[in-house]
Amino acid sequence: MSNILAIANKELRSYFNSPIAYAVIGFFAFAFGFMFWVFLRGFVAESMRMSMNQMGAGGAVNINQMMLRPLVMQISVIVLFMLPMVTMRTYAEEKRSGTIELLLTAPLTDVQIILGKFLGAISLYAAMLLVTVPSVLVLFAYGNPDWQPVATSYLGLFLLGSSFIAFGLFISSLTQNQIIAGVLTFVLLLMLLLVGWLKDFVTSPWATTAVSAVSVFEHFDDFTKGVLDTKHIAYYVSVITFGLFLTARSVDGERWRG
Amino acid sequence: MIEVQHLTKQYGRVTAVDDVTFRVDKGEILGFLGPNGAGKTTTMRILTGYMPATAGKAVISGFDIFDQPLEAKRRIGYLPETPPLYPDMTVRDYLLFVGRIRGVASKALRAQVDTAMEKARVADVATRFCGKLSKGYKQRVGLAQAILHNPEVLILDEPTAGLDPKQIMETRDLIKGLAGSHTIILSTHILPEVSQTCERVVIINKGKVVAIDTPEALTERIQGNQTIFVQVDAPTGVDVAGALGGVPGVSRVTPVDQRGTLTSFEIDCHKGEDRRREVARLVVSSDWGLVELRPSRLSLEEIFLQLTTDEAKSAAPDAAA
Repeated sequence: MSNILAIANKELRSYFNSPIAYAVIGFFAFAFGFMFWVFLRGFVAESMRMSMNQMGAGGAVNINQMMLRPLVMQISVIVLFMLPMVTMRTYAEEKRSGTIELLLTAPLTDVQIILGKFLGAISLYAAMLLVTVPSVLVLFAYGNPDWQPVATSYLGLFLLGSSFIAFGLFISSLTQNQIIAGVLTFVLLLMLLLVGWLKDFVTSPWATTAVSAVSVFEHFDDFTKGVLDTKHIAYYVSVITFGLFLTARSVDGERWRG
Repeated sequence: MIEVQHLTKQYGRVTAVDDVTFRVDKGEILGFLGPNGAGKTTTMRILTGYMPATAGKAVISGFDIFDQPLEAKRRIGYLPETPPLYPDMTVRDYLLFVGRIRGVASKALRAQVDTAMEKARVADVATRFCGKLSKGYKQRVGLAQAILHNPEVLILDEPTAGLDPKQIMETRDLIKGLAGSHTIILSTHILPEVSQTCERVVIINKGKVVAIDTPEALTERIQGNQTIFVQVDAPTGVDVAGALGGVPGVSRVTPVDQRGTLTSFEIDCHKGEDRRREVARLVVSSDWGLVELRPSRLSLEEIFLQLTTDEAKSAAPDAAA
């Protein structure tokens, strides 16, 4: 465990010693802030209109449904754009600079190295999500949204992003070039997003199953509604495990090929 | 301490290391010598557990590197060809990190990092970023990293590459100082380094071990005859070579150089016969000037070339067949 933490700590420090952490957190905060503002304006205008129409009788516009849910859906796409930048260097840069030799000849197992890198990356991602919390708290200060959908949305975003990171680690372990790793990760994640759009077109049951198994966004939807379903949590945990397993295979295979 | 048996590594159809067997005793410094691409780095990478061998085995302090990699790796300090530094970490942070992953107890960590920095003479750059260091400092931080956890076995891949002459001397002294308490394998293609630092030499070429011996024994083995180098100041027109050839026990006289009246010769004597006294007597009694007289030994460089080119010659017909 201390080995995993040592690696995770080193990863995290290297994010913050380079511009990556600041660029990613900064841009994510900006994108979130901008979208938050746009959706909030839309929501305020809409609720004003509603209250004018019904002379304040109804007033039952749901901020969770009308503002937070679409906002979280957009944010999940922003996450898709940002995380390849976080994972692209994890293995590729170590291989290019030769520091991988230090890690592979230290008394560490491959799994410890992979989990350390994974932990480092999801910690940075957690920091990105944390930056958005104050904006959401403002809604609680001036309105009364349900807290459950907010909490499950954060959990969903975290699981979704962690799956992206697991795949990003795998792709980074395939190449020495971090730019290639970043682009390929981005392409893969985009494919996973697009595949979800197929679900309205496929009819045969096995195809539906296949699409829903591959589409990582599909399983995200329930989280935004405030539904906490173990089925979806189990799905993300297995996707993450699969990604990390592929990374382990790739690192080991590299070792044999030399 | 280090036991290597029939080690073979194949990359696809290319055999990088071919049936290499040697052992290093506790406290010994073994030099690993070979031209670029001979398989030095591959062998070291197998010994350190970076990659598995195709066949054969390597045992470090009683632990097989393949069967018990963690136990074996704990006992190894390794300096790869390129020092494995993280450019965005300071030297101290980097060494602290290395200490942690090598399992140094957290109480002893700071003290051990300080000791390693002192030994490798990098204490003055402790707070600088690794990426900003000169080549020489990078190499020394790499060395500090290797000795940090006080390993029983040190494997150093070209430890003096990129250093200036003064630093090379200091590094050699450091390595010699580490021997005794550590068992060391170091690779190099700089030949004098081997004769100055190592107790035994493994010469490797095209993945095969060509010779294993002490630098002195290697010199003697290659050189069957005793050779004398002599420089004589004689008036022009005198047949110095003929006179030298007349000394009993001398088999051959080869002129090597002539500058004005100064002439140099290589004199081959019959095996086991040292004819320096007779040669000196002849020169002096002939009233010539005896400018220089010394036993001429084949340098390690020449041995190395001889061994590796012989190998090339004998390998060539195989390739043709």
